[in-house]
Amino acid sequence: MTSRKIEILVGLFVAGAIAAFFMLALKVSNMSSYSGGESYSLTANFDNIGGLKVRSPVSAGGVTIGRVTDIEYNNETYEAVIRMKIDAQYDRFPVDTAASILTSGLLGEQYVGFEPGAEEEYLKDGDVIDLTQSALVLEQIIGQFLYSQGDSKE
Amino acid sequence: MIDRIAHLGAVTLAAFNRLGRASVFFMVVLLNVPGLFRRPALIIKQLYSVGVQTLVIIIVAGLFVGMVMALQSYYGLVDFGAEDSVGVMVVLSLLRELGPVVTALLFAGRAGSALTAEIGLMKATEQLSGMEMMAVNPMQRVVAPRFLAGVISMPLLATIFSAVGVLGAYLVAVQMLGLDYGPFWSQPQAKVDLYDDLYNGIIKSLVFGVVAAWIAVFEGYDCVPTSEGLGQATTRTVVYSSLAVLFLDFILTALMFSK
Repeated sequence: MTSRKIEILVGLFVAGAIAAFFMLALKVSNMSSYSGGESYSLTANFDNIGGLKVRSPVSAGGVTIGRVTDIEYNNETYEAVIRMKIDAQYDRFPVDTAASILTSGLLGEQYVGFEPGAEEEYLKDGDVIDLTQSALVLEQIIGQFLYSQGDSKE
Repeated sequence: MIDRIAHLGAVTLAAFNRLGRASVFFMVVLLNVPGLFRRPALIIKQLYSVGVQTLVIIIVAGLFVGMVMALQSYYGLVDFGAEDSVGVMVVLSLLRELGPVVTALLFAGRAGSALTAEIGLMKATEQLSGMEMMAVNPMQRVVAPRFLAGVISMPLLATIFSAVGVLGAYLVAVQMLGLDYGPFWSQPQAKVDLYDDLYNGIIKSLVFGVVAAWIAVFEGYDCVPTSEGLGQATTRTVVYSSLAVLFLDFILTALMFSK
């Protein structure tokens, strides 16, 4: 086999592998959520974040508008501190917006849901969200349910 | 009784001896790799025989592995009404595990044994010694190109395997079983992570490539230069490469995918 033919075939091989890589990266992975675009950062404090992870989605009205970027624990106020990056095009959230940790579906993964408030001032980069609702912890709910059962029996 | 202990001691020492020779060999090959870039023709010729000629088995295997995974995942998930998750299951299995590991096993069997046989035959027919007589470095001319071609080809082949597997799964799940194509593509887009899954899979296949290529060229270079010795060396390549790949797969999975 001539060396020219060999070189062409090797070139096709490498090109095919690169094409396969791009097909996997674009069509099948979550690469689109890494795409740049402007964003601004907000912080929220929760008593319990449940199963929230870095890169969990932030949604408003069911639409993903951002991602969780940082999870930390404040040892002085005993609260979990979440930092989120929100797409810059969604810049009209009032300062009394509520952030709650919800679960998608019954056993799905957890996400942060925004409920817009009614103030006229909007949240800016670096602002802290005041109204927060922590994740539901299954054991606490069961405990409350059992207590209320016990009460009603008396 | 004493004989048996002595024999055990001898076998153990021989094993360590071999491992030491293999490690020194590995270092020498690595040192000879930079000089190769002045002669890319050597690498390209080896990329053809190691990479391109393994493509057929990789593509066929990938297609059928993807199809079987889709079918089995469907049978498992349909009882829970979760058959729309077939896409996610197949993609994650392929990218994280099956792609790198099955490709490495097939590579060791097809390309690894060919490399061992080539180099072993060169040693048996004294071509390697002849090269040394002519002041041509056989490590740089013969061994290093084959090693580098193996290392480069493995991630490429593993990616092609995974991509073809996903296509095979699509054919079975959507065309044959009638699942909806929307969730088949959108669920992986949500759950498959570019860095944690795709890149980790590629890193795995690179590591497997280094190990499989190293074992193949070493067994060839170190074989007993008879036809019987050549056969034993080829067998050893396939067996040791496969065991090493599976062992390293466990280690790498534990390192990469632990929470």
